[in-house]
Amino acid sequence: MTDEIALERPSLAFDDRLSLVVGMLQRFSWEQTASDETGRERIELGGRITIDDAAALWKRISETLVHVEGVRQVELDLSRIQMIDGACMALLVQFRTELRARKIGCEFGGGSEEVRRIVQLYGGRKKLRQTRPKRRPVSAIEQVGAATLGVFGEGKQILDFMGRLVASTWHVLRHPKSLNLRDVGLTMERAGADAAPIVLLINFLIGFVMAYQSSAQLKQFGASIYVADLVGVSMTRELGPLMMAIIICGRTGAAFAAELGTMQVSEEVDALRTLGFLPLPFLVIPRMLGLILVAPVLVLMADAVGILGGALVASLTLDITTTSFLIQLQSAVKASDILSGMIKGVMFCATIALISCQQGLATSGGAEGVGRRTTSAVVSILFALILLDALFTVLLGVFGI
Amino acid sequence: MTKTMISVRDLSIGYGRTTLLRDATFDVERGDIFVILGGSGCGKSTLLRHLIGLETPIAGAIRIAGIGAPRLEGAAPRFGVMFQSGALFSSMTVGENVAFALQEWTHLPVDAVTAIVRAKLALVGLEGAESKLPAELSGGMRKRAAIARAMAFEPNLIFLDEPSAGLDPISAVELDELILALNRNLGLTVVMVTHELESIFKVGKHCIMLDRESRSIIARGNPQQLRVDSEDPRVRRFFNRETSVPQWQ
Repeated sequence: MTDEIALERPSLAFDDRLSLVVGMLQRFSWEQTASDETGRERIELGGRITIDDAAALWKRISETLVHVEGVRQVELDLSRIQMIDGACMALLVQFRTELRARKIGCEFGGGSEEVRRIVQLYGGRKKLRQTRPKRRPVSAIEQVGAATLGVFGEGKQILDFMGRLVASTWHVLRHPKSLNLRDVGLTMERAGADAAPIVLLINFLIGFVMAYQSSAQLKQFGASIYVADLVGVSMTRELGPLMMAIIICGRTGAAFAAELGTMQVSEEVDALRTLGFLPLPFLVIPRMLGLILVAPVLVLMADAVGILGGALVASLTLDITTTSFLIQLQSAVKASDILSGMIKGVMFCATIALISCQQGLATSGGAEGVGRRTTSAVVSILFALILLDALFTVLLGVFGI
Repeated sequence: MTKTMISVRDLSIGYGRTTLLRDATFDVERGDIFVILGGSGCGKSTLLRHLIGLETPIAGAIRIAGIGAPRLEGAAPRFGVMFQSGALFSSMTVGENVAFALQEWTHLPVDAVTAIVRAKLALVGLEGAESKLPAELSGGMRKRAAIARAMAFEPNLIFLDEPSAGLDPISAVELDELILALNRNLGLTVVMVTHELESIFKVGKHCIMLDRESRSIIARGNPQQLRVDSEDPRVRRFFNRETSVPQWQ
C-alpha cells in the first residue's frame, strides 16, 4: 500500500475530500508493506516530517490502527527520514504505545544520529506509561446527587462560619480595641457613598416603571390615585430593600469575595494570623458592620427616589398633582412599612457580608479559585436574598407588621 | 534558659485523609539555622505551617520555648514568619507593612514607629523603600521586606518558607548572606524550608530530610556532613543531584 492508493479512492464525502487535500499536501512518504505470514508489518517513513505534516501523519496512524487485525509486529523504519520534529515524534511514540496496548510489538528502526536523538528524547524511557484509562462517564442522576450534596456542604460551611462569626463578635464586644475601625469606615464609603448613585438611579427607574405600567390599568377603574399606594407600599416594603441588596450584592459582595479570596491565595491571611490578627474580627466583622450601618440609609434613599419616580409618572400621565400624591401616600404608607423595609435591608446586607466573606476565605487554587468563589458568592447571595425576602414577607405578615 | 528552642515529639501531620509525616521527633537549638529539606510534595511547607500554628497536627506535640504550643490568637507576634511569596499586604506600602503589627500591638508614637520601620528596612538593605507598594518591588526585595516585617517585633525565632525560591542567583546569595548576618549578629534562631542545595550548604547548620514515600525523617545532622557520610541512597541522590529518570543525553 503506497501513498497513491489514498488519491485513487473514489471519494465524495467531505471527510474523504479533506483527507484527499491532506494527502496532497503531504510532504513525507509513508510506505507500508502488508503483513507477511508471520504477522510482521513494515512501515517506512521518509522525507521531512514537521508540525505542518502532523495532521497527515496522524491520519495515516489512525488508518493503520483501524486495520491491524492479525498483525503481530510492526517495524517503523526511520532510516529515510531527513528530519523529524518533536510533535511528529510524539505522534509516532503514541502510535507505538497504542500498538503495544493491543499486544502488537512495535520497534523503531534505523534513522540518522539526529533522528535517534529525537527518538531517545521522546521515547527513550524503557517503560512508557500506558495511556490513562478513560474517565468513566458520570450519569445525570450521579451529577444531580453530587450537586445536591454540594449544596448541603456549602450550607453547612456557611452555618459553621456563622457560628465562628458569633464567637468572634463576642470577642470583639469584650475587646472593642480589636475591632478594625479603619475597614468599617472604608466599607461604609465604598459600599455606601460610592454605591448611592446607582442605587438612586435604579430605584428611581423601578418606581417610574411600576407606576407607568400600573397607570393604564388603574385608569380603567378610575382608581388612578391608588398609584401612590401601589408605589409607596411596594417600594418601602419590598422593592426598595431588595433592589438595594441586589446592587450591593453585585458591587460589594463580589468585591469582598474577590478581595478576601486573593488575600487567601497569596498567603496574606496567613501572614495576618502570624502577626497576631484574627481574620474574622479583623477582616469580616468590620465589613459586616460597615454594610449593616449603611443599609438603612440606602434603603431610605431607595424608597424616596422610587416614590419620586412614581410621583413623576402620576403627574405626567395621570394628572395627579404631587400634593394629592403625597396626601394619598401619607394615608397608604405606615411607619411600620418603612421600618420593615429597613429591617429587611439590614438583614440582606448582613447576609451579603456573611456569604461573600465566607466564600472569600474558603478560596483555594489560585486565580481560577478566586473567580470560582466570586461567582459562587454572588449566586449564593442572590438565592439567599430571595429566600430571606419570602421568609420575611411571611413572618412580618404573621406578626402584622 | 533552656538550650532547646523548638521541641517536636511524635508529630504526625497531613491534610484530609493524607498523612504526610508520621511520628517525627526532632529539636531545634537556640541560635541554630535549621533547614527542613526534601523533594517536592514531601510535606516540608506543611510541617512549617504546623510549627507556626497555622495547622493542627493529627498527633504529637510541638513546644516553642517561652510560648508552648504554637497558637495564633490575637496577641503580639512572638516569632517572625516569611512566606514563600513574601505575602506582603498589597494594599499597603512597604513601610505600612512593617509598621502594621507595631502600631497595633504597641503604644508607640507614630514617629517612633517610623524610626523603627526605617531601621528594620535598612537592616535588610531596603533603605528608602518605605513609600513603595509591594507591586513595585522585585521578587528579592519583596522577600527582604517580608523579613523586615517578620523582624519588626524583635523575635528571637524566625521561620522562612523557601526564601530563595524563584530568585535570580545574585538575589538568592544576598538573601542567604542576610540570613547568616541576622543569625550571627542577633543570635536569631532560623527555621527554614528549602530545596536549594547552594542555600542549604551555605547557611544550614542542622537539617532534617523528609521523604514522601516513607513519610518520615530519613536523615538529620549537618548538611555538609550528610552529603559525605550518609549511606542512604535517597539522601545521597538528593545531595548529589542524582536523578532517577533516565538521562536523555
